[in-house]
Amino acid sequence: MEEVDVEPVITNIPAASHDKHLGFAWGPGDILVYETLYKASGSKRSPCTFIHEVRKDEDIYSPILRKLFNESHHIFVGLQTIGEDLPSKSKKPQFVSVSKNYRSVIRACMEELQQVAGEIFFKYSSDIFSCEFSWFIQGAGSLLLHLLDWIRLHRADVDEKARDVLQSESPAEHCDYWDVVVSYVLQGRLEEARQMLVKQAMLHPASRNMYKLMDSLLSKMPFYKPGGTQPLAEFDVKWRHWHDEVDRCLQDGSFASNQHLELICKILVGDEDTLLTQKELLSTWYHFLVTRLLFCHPTVKATELHFYAQSCLTMFLDPRSTPEPLDSILLAAFEIDIHQVIKDCSIALNNWWFVAHITDLLDHCKLLKSHNLHFGSNLREFLLLEYASGLFTHHSLWQLAVDYFDHCSEFGRVYLELLIERVPLDTERKALKVLRICEQRQMSEQVRSICKIMAMRTLRNNRLGSALSWSIRAKDAALATLISERFLQDYCERGTFSDLDLIDNLGSAMLLSDRLTFLGKYREFHKLYGEKRFREAATLLLSLMTAKIAPRSFWMTLLTDALPLLEQKEVIFTANQTYELMYCLEELTSSLNTTAPSKDKPMQDEVEKTKVELLRLAMARNLAIAIVKEGTVET
Amino acid sequence: MESINAKYVSQKISKTRWKPVSHSTLQQPEIFATGSWDNEENKISLWSIGNHENVAMDDGNEGDPQVLCEHKHDGDVLDLQTLSVSQHWARAHRYPCDSAPCTSVVCSSPEIVTVGEDGRIVVFRADHEGVVQTIENADSSTIHAVTYLRTTEILTVNSIGQLKMWDLRQHSKSPSQIFSLSGDRVPLHCVDRHPNQQHIVATGGQDGMLCVWDVRQGNSPFSLMEAHSAEMWEVHFHPTNPDHMFTCSEDGSLLHWETSSQSDLPSFLQGNRNNSMISRSAMPSAGGNQSIISAWLSGDSSKSRLETTHMLPSQTLSVNSLDVLGHYLVCGTDGEAIFVHRQIPV
Repeated sequence: MEEVDVEPVITNIPAASHDKHLGFAWGPGDILVYETLYKASGSKRSPCTFIHEVRKDEDIYSPILRKLFNESHHIFVGLQTIGEDLPSKSKKPQFVSVSKNYRSVIRACMEELQQVAGEIFFKYSSDIFSCEFSWFIQGAGSLLLHLLDWIRLHRADVDEKARDVLQSESPAEHCDYWDVVVSYVLQGRLEEARQMLVKQAMLHPASRNMYKLMDSLLSKMPFYKPGGTQPLAEFDVKWRHWHDEVDRCLQDGSFASNQHLELICKILVGDEDTLLTQKELLSTWYHFLVTRLLFCHPTVKATELHFYAQSCLTMFLDPRSTPEPLDSILLAAFEIDIHQVIKDCSIALNNWWFVAHITDLLDHCKLLKSHNLHFGSNLREFLLLEYASGLFTHHSLWQLAVDYFDHCSEFGRVYLELLIERVPLDTERKALKVLRICEQRQMSEQVRSICKIMAMRTLRNNRLGSALSWSIRAKDAALATLISERFLQDYCERGTFSDLDLIDNLGSAMLLSDRLTFLGKYREFHKLYGEKRFREAATLLLSLMTAKIAPRSFWMTLLTDALPLLEQKEVIFTANQTYELMYCLEELTSSLNTTAPSKDKPMQDEVEKTKVELLRLAMARNLAIAIVKEGTVET
Repeated sequence: MESINAKYVSQKISKTRWKPVSHSTLQQPEIFATGSWDNEENKISLWSIGNHENVAMDDGNEGDPQVLCEHKHDGDVLDLQTLSVSQHWARAHRYPCDSAPCTSVVCSSPEIVTVGEDGRIVVFRADHEGVVQTIENADSSTIHAVTYLRTTEILTVNSIGQLKMWDLRQHSKSPSQIFSLSGDRVPLHCVDRHPNQQHIVATGGQDGMLCVWDVRQGNSPFSLMEAHSAEMWEVHFHPTNPDHMFTCSEDGSLLHWETSSQSDLPSFLQGNRNNSMISRSAMPSAGGNQSIISAWLSGDSSKSRLETTHMLPSQTLSVNSLDVLGHYLVCGTDGEAIFVHRQIPV
């Protein structure tokens, strides 16, 4: 067996007694566990009749996360249809906007989740997506700016605090005031820091010069503008110049009298120890990383990022604390080791949502080196298949999974075929939707099987019309034959047709099966008889037998129906027709004679014999009259 | 400027209905109800879209539907109607050994008519505890929808493509009239009657065909139009402006049909988002007196102009239900979203 990356998690099943052996079976998203009869030791006990379902992924049942699944499904489908013929340069902004869409959807969910209960899952996804494509897609020219963007989005609580402070009566004396100012500086939002400082300056006119100096330092900090005319080297020089100026101010002790301003100055200089004292405001090591880069190495390149990341991690975190999974994921992200990120996320998160979507997006950007796996053809498809299979276990979200399967070119269809048949069909409406999905993808096997299930169910409830409409939809001749047999059985038992509205209006559906055609024609015969159009009725009846549309078992009934027509005063059957009738009767009786006479139903045999005799008599009489009539010349 | 917004609600919506507002007060519709389906626990929710002008809201949340109250519901919600009623009729629709889904309900206060998969039509009264009238075995197949034609007559559509008219006063076991399309027996899923001219009825079918019938004459539909590429779930005439009709379908689109007759401008100079539609007449327009003929029944499509527009911004999963009132439209989809459109052009 291959080595495992992490130790497997042990889950206790409280309801199962502890000395029994458990058996299990895999499901698409869960495991069914049951107690076997084997015991480790001791006397036998009575078997337990419970089956336990062990489920790893509780997230798909959360109503808030359902919104995420639906909205991301919408984005996913849109992504797949981005034009293939566009050159890759113009596709880039579209990919970026897709990633922004994903990000905003995650944020919306995160806000709702925070109101209910924190979910760590979200924290991970949001962070990763946020730090995502900034460097994966856009290239590393302005890496720092993207990192700053990321941090600002991540720490929205600063804005909340700021709002509180500004709305208070005297903002400059608010207890959180300096926290807000320092947080702004740590995030590189110097404009806002300056605006806040103005309020403080107004309160202390005596130290006006100090505030003016700080203001000028903050305003002069150079920021690299990507796409601008300034080459990197020139920016570097400017930055060092500014840095030296700040350092000089610090050494001069210009801010010695005000500890807050001195703190800000030390931060601007990039003093690591000072930054470390602000652990509470920074709260995470990656914030510390970004701030450190901002004030020490603003021209950092993507390839150097992971050195700084590793060192920041060790500096920031308590040496005794264990690294969280998120930390290793982020480190891998900084190293731009996509596969490692995906792998770590797959282990850490209990749902395939995140890895499936991110791998799909990366694959579209052609950033993923695809190598063939033993299963699921390539990484993207494997993850999408896993995600979609998990969705299919959900009673409601299975409809989303269909689209995901559609976009897995190798195995998607097979998965869909297997899974769609297992969707429970409670109402007709749900069955119709499932059928529509199958028909749109030409899955005729599944269409037939679903229609058959629905038809059998309706047959059991005696809804013959519904059953027929299902068989027409499936174009299933065997099923239609079965239903017609039921109709005919009903007729034989009751003597009248049920569901006339259906049989009278079969239309072209009659041609689906021979039995159905017979049913329709037989009903037509009855109608003609009722309208007293005896000649036509007789012709139809005869044709039913001679054209072999009627099943042999029904011939007796047909012949019995012919009896009143034979007995009419007016001659209805012509001589030729009577000959044919006799032929049919002979055929029928000869086949009956070959079967062994039933010993336990002597009465029935008697009835049969009488019927046959009556028929013979009637036919003979009719023949006589017909021959005479046809031979007579009308004068 | 699109004034349609979507809200994701974590439940697949099977039905939406506006709470009726009285015409005299000229109030805008504010409250609508939705029913969910395919959940382990389905529920009916009432939503408000808050049309108060004096409440200042930031643009992001303006007009987002907010939940007023919710109520649990056993089984999928298949139809909703508004009535003040406090009764519960259990097992109104049943098979010999099981309960059958009740597929549609319509009420004309105080009477309530329901139909179901068991092919039964049941009439209740709001103040009466028991069943008032049942038509057993009204249909051998599932009855999908029911609507009132006149105060004592109802129309039902079933899954073998028949439109049946029933007279409730006569207490008979069979319909007074049966209409059907000749040819394939395509199941019909929805039916609606023209609000003013009661002989005009529109139905939607499983293949997405929209049929307009004149119940006074003939057994075949007056006109057939290819509307959608999949099942049409609901068709509604606009209650106050019946030249407009709305249909929604499994293929994820919601169409707005607008008809008008005798226009002077040629059609290519009018409108910019027309979708070409194919209109066929099942039979030539009745000759003779055509003075008060509705635009829907004009057999000749060159005389009347029929325009269709897509109302939803992009393709979604199936749109299961829609309702219109005044200038407001609400619809619910299988993508667990509710769309509210505030300024439909009627």
